[in-house]
Amino acid sequence: MEDEQSFSDIYGGRLALQRRCYSPSCLEFCLSCPRITLRSLTAVTCTVWLAAYGLFTLCENSMILSAAIFITLLGLLGYLHFVKIDHETLLIIDSLGIQMTSSYASGKESTTFIEMGEVKDVVINEAIYMQKVIYYLCILLKDPVEPHGISQVVPLFQGGRRQDHLCIQQKVSLGDGGILASSGRQK
Amino acid sequence: MVLKAFFPTCCASADSGLLVGRWVPEQSSAVVLAVVHFPFIPIQVKELLAQVQQASQVGVTVLGTWCHRRQEPEESLGHFLEGLGAIFSHKPWFQLCRERGSKSWSCKATHWQGPTSHAASGEDQVMLIFYDQRKVLLSQLHPPAVLPDRQAGDTTASAGGLAAVFDTVARSEALFQSDRFDEGPVRLSHWQSEGVEASILVELAKWAAGPVCLLLACLLSLVSAASACRVFKLWPLSFIWSKLSTCEQLRHRLEQLTLIFSTRKAKNPAQLMRKANMLVSVLLDVALGLMLLSWLHRKDLIGQLADALIPVADHVAKELQHLLQWLMGAPAGLKMNRALDQVLGRFFLYHIHLWISYIHLMSPFIERILWHVGLSACLGLTVALSILSDIIALLTFHIYCFYVYGARLYCLKIHGLSSLWRLFRGKKWNVLRQRVDSCSYDLDQLFIGTLLFTILVFLLPTTALYYLVFTLLRLLVVTVQGLIHLLVDLINSLPLYSLGLRLCRPYRLAAGVKFRVLEHETGRPLRLLMQINPLPYSRVVHTYRLPTCGCHPKHSWGSLCRKLFFGELIYPWRQRGDKQD
Repeated sequence: MEDEQSFSDIYGGRLALQRRCYSPSCLEFCLSCPRITLRSLTAVTCTVWLAAYGLFTLCENSMILSAAIFITLLGLLGYLHFVKIDHETLLIIDSLGIQMTSSYASGKESTTFIEMGEVKDVVINEAIYMQKVIYYLCILLKDPVEPHGISQVVPLFQGGRRQDHLCIQQKVSLGDGGILASSGRQK
Repeated sequence: MVLKAFFPTCCASADSGLLVGRWVPEQSSAVVLAVVHFPFIPIQVKELLAQVQQASQVGVTVLGTWCHRRQEPEESLGHFLEGLGAIFSHKPWFQLCRERGSKSWSCKATHWQGPTSHAASGEDQVMLIFYDQRKVLLSQLHPPAVLPDRQAGDTTASAGGLAAVFDTVARSEALFQSDRFDEGPVRLSHWQSEGVEASILVELAKWAAGPVCLLLACLLSLVSAASACRVFKLWPLSFIWSKLSTCEQLRHRLEQLTLIFSTRKAKNPAQLMRKANMLVSVLLDVALGLMLLSWLHRKDLIGQLADALIPVADHVAKELQHLLQWLMGAPAGLKMNRALDQVLGRFFLYHIHLWISYIHLMSPFIERILWHVGLSACLGLTVALSILSDIIALLTFHIYCFYVYGARLYCLKIHGLSSLWRLFRGKKWNVLRQRVDSCSYDLDQLFIGTLLFTILVFLLPTTALYYLVFTLLRLLVVTVQGLIHLLVDLINSLPLYSLGLRLCRPYRLAAGVKFRVLEHETGRPLRLLMQINPLPYSRVVHTYRLPTCGCHPKHSWGSLCRKLFFGELIYPWRQRGDKQD
């Protein structure tokens, strides 16, 4: 069962949230972040090359131009492989755990799995960013030493970094509340 | 809770039979370890499971049946399979079924109440999780926060859910020893059922390791005994040994080699990794040292170095003499106190003269000494770098002496100034109470105190300038030595074996697991694939770093600046076990 809705982040970029229900005990949310635009790519490349050409006219050394090309290529590869997140997935499996996957623009995937026994609760946190208050979802982990304490707060969907989750928290909490509540009852 | 069945991917194509594994009631999960094929005699199956249970401390039982047929099982087979549930009673009883050549699986878990009450038996939702048995067997979980009093080896499988699965598979090696070519009474299917994996080289190495370790351990104990003998504990020698970083490095390497070749087996995987890391580090060190040696000999650099050493030392001494002449004049336009300037300058110039004579005395022997020192590079690159650092320290010994003289003079002056300043204001330092108290002085005490204070204040710029110049020189030498030590520490502590393992066999070092949902049809059970999530490189280095000599600067920047201001001597490279000044 699939469901798709589109939202926008605090900068106006387009976000799409997709929800898939594999079975009553398994749910997946996929949030795709705004793509890299041709305009921004061209702007950055032109700036770097204009600066390099300016330096070249000052120094008359052609190594600067080759260095500028290398820097642009390596910078773009590094950005696509380490920084730019394409989409993030949250997979919730009843009585097993919660898995968060971030897929980068170069295809790299980084996954974290949290066992259900370690999850204390899923909450919505508020944070002040510049002049506004934004909301983000996070998971509270249990402290192994202290039964009522919290050892760690793990934010979800951090790819865009400035996404306001107020518009999507309702969907996620309605969806996963059932699974988490049923696992909670068993503990 | 949803029931979970962990099923090995190697058994997905096995023939029908019984499922054998472990049931973890706290997690409601069944870990299937192997499949027992028809025909079998139930008594023999039970005996085999009892043997495995005794050998591995894992509660292995029959969990259910596995059916792999071309079409839906016939009625008689269905009753036969259910009848098995009565022989090997287990709650819940799993019935996994797969059609040959298709991806549709079915799974039922029943709570068998007894042959008379069919109606009361309930069925639960089951989730199938596939795992690669070989990878899970060989991998080692690195949990994110390990409590300091918990060891990985002695937790029972009541640890967290997935750790229980890994633990179960890792401990059940006894079950995986028999393959299908054996003539035993029971036929099993598991990851090794096509034949036990082994390598001739590994077996030969294991067989040869015993005597070789014994021999090397004896040799190393002889060397340690020789180095610990009484002759080396006499005062001048022990002082020199403690100051040279070469001795520290050699001692460190000796300790590491003793640990590697000790005849005691490693108690847990962490110790085994540490031994392997140490061995690879030592081998790499020796290889780099031999490369350096061959490069030095090929270009005959030793002879060139020896020829260049004396002129360089002379040049350094001449530059220092020019510096002192400059200080004795009007350095940077400042006006120094003539008399003090001349005294200090002539004192230091005489030292340099002594030093140059000493170097010239040593010059015929330099090449021989350097050649023997170059040979030490075959003990490792770290030893060669430590010797280089020690040679730099010896060659700049006069700079160190000047720094000490300048610092002591400056320190005395600062203490005198502070004490006389207190007198000037009518106060005194109370040693008993460790604070400043007011005190009434006599007139002549005040007179002499103020006079001395004035003298010291006007002589301060001269002393401060000498102190500043020699401290900067000393800091320069210390920085160069520090960089060399940093490189030595890097070679000593980098866990190369772990990094190589992470590169080539990423499943061996697991940070956790990841799940992938496989093709799903409505009405069929949910199927997931469990894969190993390898440890990131930064955590590999952090977890498996080897301990180094610990020659790190003990000061923070604030305390360093404070010490420099008050003229206290700084010893940035305190060796382990040195007495505090």
